[in-house]
Amino acid sequence: MAEHVAHHFEDAEQQREAATLGMWAFLITEIMFFGGLFAGYTVYRSTYFDAFAEGSRHLDLVLGTVNTAILIGSSLTMALAVQAAQRSRRGPQVVFLLLTILLGLAFLGIKAVEYGHKFEQHLVPGRFFSWPGPHASNVQLFFSFYFAMTGMHALHMIIGIGLLIWLTIQARRGRFTGSYYNPMEVSGLYWHFVDIVWIFLFPLLYLIDRHVH
Amino acid sequence: MTTAGAGTNYLNADYRVRSWLLTTDHKRIALLYLVSISVFFAIGGALAGVIRLNLLTPYGSLVQAETYNKLFTMHGITMIFFFLIPSIPAVLGNFLVPLMIGARDLAFPRINLLSWYIYVVGGTFTIVAAVTGGVDTGWTFYTPYSSTFANTNVMLTALGVFITGFSSILTGLNFVVTIHKMRAPGLTWSRLPLFIWAHYATSLIMLLGTPVVAITILLVALERGLGIGIFDPKLGGDPILFQHLFWFYSHPAVYIMILPSMGVISEVVACFSRKRVFGYTVVAVSSLTIAIVGFLVWGHHMFVSSQSMYAGMIFSFLSFLVAIPSAIKVFNWTATMYKGSIDLRTPMLYALGFIGLFTIGGLTGIFLATLAVDVHVHDTYFVVAHFHYIMVGGAIMGYLGGLHFWWPKITGKLYSEAWGRIAAITLFIGFNLTFFPQFIVGILGMPRRYHVYPPEFQFLNILSTAGATVLAIGYVLPLFYLTWSLLKGERAGANPWRATGLEWEADSPPPTFNFDRTPVVTAEAYAYPSLPEASRG
Amino acid sequence: MDTHILPTRLYVGIFLILLTLTAATVTASFFDLGGRLNSANVLVAMSIACGKALLVVLFFMHVRYSPRLIWVFVGAGFFWLAILIALTMSDYLSRGWLPLPAPWGT
Repeated sequence: MAEHVAHHFEDAEQQREAATLGMWAFLITEIMFFGGLFAGYTVYRSTYFDAFAEGSRHLDLVLGTVNTAILIGSSLTMALAVQAAQRSRRGPQVVFLLLTILLGLAFLGIKAVEYGHKFEQHLVPGRFFSWPGPHASNVQLFFSFYFAMTGMHALHMIIGIGLLIWLTIQARRGRFTGSYYNPMEVSGLYWHFVDIVWIFLFPLLYLIDRHVH
Repeated sequence: MTTAGAGTNYLNADYRVRSWLLTTDHKRIALLYLVSISVFFAIGGALAGVIRLNLLTPYGSLVQAETYNKLFTMHGITMIFFFLIPSIPAVLGNFLVPLMIGARDLAFPRINLLSWYIYVVGGTFTIVAAVTGGVDTGWTFYTPYSSTFANTNVMLTALGVFITGFSSILTGLNFVVTIHKMRAPGLTWSRLPLFIWAHYATSLIMLLGTPVVAITILLVALERGLGIGIFDPKLGGDPILFQHLFWFYSHPAVYIMILPSMGVISEVVACFSRKRVFGYTVVAVSSLTIAIVGFLVWGHHMFVSSQSMYAGMIFSFLSFLVAIPSAIKVFNWTATMYKGSIDLRTPMLYALGFIGLFTIGGLTGIFLATLAVDVHVHDTYFVVAHFHYIMVGGAIMGYLGGLHFWWPKITGKLYSEAWGRIAAITLFIGFNLTFFPQFIVGILGMPRRYHVYPPEFQFLNILSTAGATVLAIGYVLPLFYLTWSLLKGERAGANPWRATGLEWEADSPPPTFNFDRTPVVTAEAYAYPSLPEASRG
Repeated sequence: MDTHILPTRLYVGIFLILLTLTAATVTASFFDLGGRLNSANVLVAMSIACGKALLVVLFFMHVRYSPRLIWVFVGAGFFWLAILIALTMSDYLSRGWLPLPAPWGT
């Protein structure tokens, strides 16, 4: 509809294509942003495998797995929210957005619990880190990456949830329909990307070496 | 394509300050950037002045070692992050990309404005860091000094640079989407001006490289602030990892700084030779090649860092490869001028200066890419001279040439051609006097980043400082005659240079929305009428 | 871009596959699949992760139904990450090839 097309675009289609391409361009920068952390992780894991494996075993596998399922579920609800917008259905849009937010908050809640545990176990890098076994310094390196990577991921989730709240308010007002739902689509892309980061973080951090020795 | 609305253009459409600070017009944002980067250029230049003054004597009589370290650090940070990287893209790119492709604005005008806000915030952080004590790590922030041992404002400066990185990312994002999606009908990729190709390639680098240095600088700040030791040897960390991550961006960054200049040169050389650019496709592809291959060579900054010798050899070989597309451009510009009708106006003088000085800088780059040679000259003034030939003799001359070339379009005024030429020539002389001696002292062994040096190098250092004075005059002159042109200059028509390109079809200065109706393109780029002599070649 | 509206059952199906793959990767981590530095386990885990990521990208993010340009952008992003990791690792992996005293990391 003409009212939704910004003055510098020729038509709605150009605006929509620009929005999607723009979000993908942004996601590429996010791949490289997290990528620096993944590169550092790769270097140190290949050098200090035993210490990294040991550190990994001290992460809560159950909570990590549950969180993975939660996040994948939130991707489903997000995809369904966008689908509802494509079908111009206001009610389902809002419901699925709220579900996504809820699942996102659940993820962050569990993460907070995990962080709390790490604090109690003296596994937070820095002054209060303490490790009884061998390779203590390298294990601290593992936890440096654990907190840096999951922390950066959590920050992105918080931003994502903020985005979703704004989106929900707009959706409730019926702003998104089959002829204009760009903000939903691009927010969905962002949210799925955050999910993908976790899809890689989970095995790299939690599943290094779980087999019983 | 010229518009009605007698006398209304993007400059006089609204005089209120808020209409400038809240603008989403890409042309106004370009001018906001012009003012901002000029401020930082002045700061960076002043710092260079103090450095050169100190180096008049071998004994470091002007400043102490600690102060000197802060001076060259701040000079590097200011010039690289706050002047060179934004310069052409944020000023000329912002202004011209929509005009050249027949669009009314960039794809995301508000993000464009956000990009400038972010730049100002990042710049403010950095200035505050500078005046409250400065930072002395070198612009390269090497660990473990920056992460553990330095007592200076590393955090604040790192934050400033981190923030500013997003300004660069957003500009690149805007350009990429705009060029893909908003070209006028008939404007196929093979008809795009080479300025656009250059900015497209530059934007790819901005998107793919900047985030890596962002996370790296953040990690240094985390290590300093929270003791999370990623690069700390005591934890088994490797300071060289920092260098890998840092240079992964910072080498492609030099292509961010030079590619847009090359785009300018293509436009200027074509116009003032009255000839199509020779080998258009090759030049366009060479921009992309530089952008891509430029990501594969960063280890040549680390030959003597304890990086594996085998990795060093790979990086050395790839560095030779990346020189090829740059050399191709130089050949093509030369071939463009051959049997052209050369007009030595100011922009052309800058372009010619660029071609000569960039060639010298580029060749010395090959010397540095040769692993064994670099072992000898690493961290000497040879390196300093090399990159100043590219950055100052190349990038900045391209920037000034572009500024002069499009000045009538941007301001609607003409500048004094006589003063333009005087400034260009002064700059060229001053530049060579400043930096050529540095090649010599570098080979002879004078190290960089020291506030003192062996006395036998004094004469050449005095020459260099004398050159810097002339160079400074060359930079200050445009300030005067360009300002004069704003106030009293002759009105410019839409196309004073009779150049090709959609931007010249809009008024000078253009109206806010550039074109009444979207232009339709049917001609190739650089459709200069062929000269009788040219058809004989 | 797509005006394709994917059916709900497709989204749910992908979701179920993703959950299954998650279970698979957790299960696989309990077995020692051999290789230096557990490399077989890493290969399995990363293959599963790439598979999951691919499903999210193609279906949840609609890339399967998007124009070629989007495919290029996505591919370029991951390819550039690969460059960063591969060339950096080329340094670390080849450091031990020279008989220097006390190589880093020992």
